[in-house]
Amino acid sequence: MKTSRLTTWLSSYSTIIILSVPLLILAALTNLFADYLLLRIVTALFVSLIVVLGMQLFMGNSGILAWAHVGFMGIGAYVSALCSMTPAMKEIAIPQVYPFLLQLHLPFWAAVLVGAAVAAVIAALVSYPLMRLSDAAGAISSFALLIIINSVLVHWDRVTNGPRTLFGIDELTNIWTAVGCAILVLILAYLFKESSLGLRLRASRADYYAASAVGINITLVRYYSFIISAAIAGFGGGLYAHYITSFTPNAFYLTETFNVLAMLVVGGTLGISGAVVGSLAVTIAREGMRAIENNINLYHLLPFDVIGLTEVFLATVLIIGLILKPEGIMAGRELRWRPKARLEEAERNSADGAGRG
Amino acid sequence: MFTLEFLVNAISSGSLYALLALGLVIIYGILKMVNFAYGELIMFGGYVMYLVGSITGLPWIFVALAAVLGAMIISYLTELVAFRQVRAKSLTALLITSFAVSTLLQNAALLIISPRAKAIILPPIFSTSVTLFGATIPMRNIVTITVSIAMLVGLTLLFRYTILGIALRAAADNFRMTRMLGVPANLVISSAFVLSGLIAGVCSLFWIGRTASVTPTIGLGPLIIAFIATVIGGMRSLVGAAVGGFAYGLIFSLIGVLLPQGLLDYREAFMFLIVLLILVFRPEGLVRTKHAEERIG
Repeated sequence: MKTSRLTTWLSSYSTIIILSVPLLILAALTNLFADYLLLRIVTALFVSLIVVLGMQLFMGNSGILAWAHVGFMGIGAYVSALCSMTPAMKEIAIPQVYPFLLQLHLPFWAAVLVGAAVAAVIAALVSYPLMRLSDAAGAISSFALLIIINSVLVHWDRVTNGPRTLFGIDELTNIWTAVGCAILVLILAYLFKESSLGLRLRASRADYYAASAVGINITLVRYYSFIISAAIAGFGGGLYAHYITSFTPNAFYLTETFNVLAMLVVGGTLGISGAVVGSLAVTIAREGMRAIENNINLYHLLPFDVIGLTEVFLATVLIIGLILKPEGIMAGRELRWRPKARLEEAERNSADGAGRG
Repeated sequence: MFTLEFLVNAISSGSLYALLALGLVIIYGILKMVNFAYGELIMFGGYVMYLVGSITGLPWIFVALAAVLGAMIISYLTELVAFRQVRAKSLTALLITSFAVSTLLQNAALLIISPRAKAIILPPIFSTSVTLFGATIPMRNIVTITVSIAMLVGLTLLFRYTILGIALRAAADNFRMTRMLGVPANLVISSAFVLSGLIAGVCSLFWIGRTASVTPTIGLGPLIIAFIATVIGGMRSLVGAAVGGFAYGLIFSLIGVLLPQGLLDYREAFMFLIVLLILVFRPEGLVRTKHAEERIG
């Protein structure tokens, strides 16, 4: 049975539509009906989703555990904040700032893009040799990278204001910019996955030796992908900076890494849908628990202050999830729409794995 | 520079770091998993010291024994509840599980005890010092050296001459073969975790002895040291881990002397730079072993 070009086109890009329409509806509903707190939470969700998608792009397709992305998010946040703050504000917020940075003043979008670009350049400079490593060595080396980035952010007083809070960034990320950017990144991540580069990267994950045997330069493929995903993380960081407006280097360290990893792992690392579903699920679970925690403390339901309950809960859920379903909620599938004829065709081909993402 | 004080200090830190690294590499050798929750074993030992010490008022030696026992039990429990269930799945799942266990234990301490530092009562031996050949040496350093060296010797004997030790070494070399020869997998892995907990417990006495207080995040420091030391020494050999620990102490002191003042703040970053360079250029570390890398499930 033949299918029209429209249905073919629709079914190949259906994942993007299925995922982005609910995000848009969520943004619209929040904007119309929600109170300020919920508006902030949903905006934060979209910003986190960008970083999670950036991480998915590398980790999901290469199979290497990526610890360093929150570090690149931090680079994007600091660079974009430095670019967008007014010289007068910078003089107060970072007393020791370098003079050439003091004069720098860019519009919001330019600042966020410069942040992403700097994250990409740093990734390009340091990551090439690391891309040779897989498994435990790969995980340790990216963890080391995260610690190095954090150490530099904490100690470079003249750029980051050191371990102290950097404040005075204008709140320029609203819910529409956040959701718009999240959908853009979602499209990018999807196209990447289906691109030649993404396919080669996924081949290297599925079978390292077979992939090199057919002529894939795995180190180079991983390298390009890592740069792209670091740029996305930096981009997310720039939006985060202009959403939260004040932060310390430790905002981009192990706690946030845990947060982002939990989102990705709960949803399933292998697909874009997993990143979206996981971000939603973890945000709902976390904010629900936080509300309970806050109410306990507010009304003194317990004789002591409750701190850390949310994290205990999330970590427990993550461990149980990894025990029961380590591949995540989506287990590598993408949400997609298929007309009936194509579905039958896919079922015939499923013996050679055509239906798998 | 190389005064007696410096020397004793370097050996004392080095032997403690060697012990720390050993506790991490025992697990890595068998599961190929870097246990991110290792630092929390040390934290747990510290809180046992705090609780037992402040509630019962027992003599310190019993408090210390309770701390070591506590670390062993919690290490065994993490294996039983979390790692054993995920073991057969991917390495990524295992690593994320250990990260989640670490977060869980840290926040449980926040929730149950307090985010604020808790003071630990230590015996006077931790705060006195002696004069030897004209150099003032804290007793703490001497005790650290004595206990660490005794532990290292004891572990060497255990690994060399007991059935458990031989089984552990065999499992680290070739786990599948070891299982085929009739060694029960769960027993070996549980023993490795208990042993790792024992080492962490002993380390917690001296690590916490430095500051005489314990916080929920105290585990990160020793974890990072153990991390770096195992990579320097070689992640697959027990000797390598010990060598790496001493090398860490030496390199860290040397970096402190050699780096210009302005870069001294970045000491930790430089240590991790060394880790990256070693991983890229000599992934087998200082001490080579002849066995191939293999992960079991």
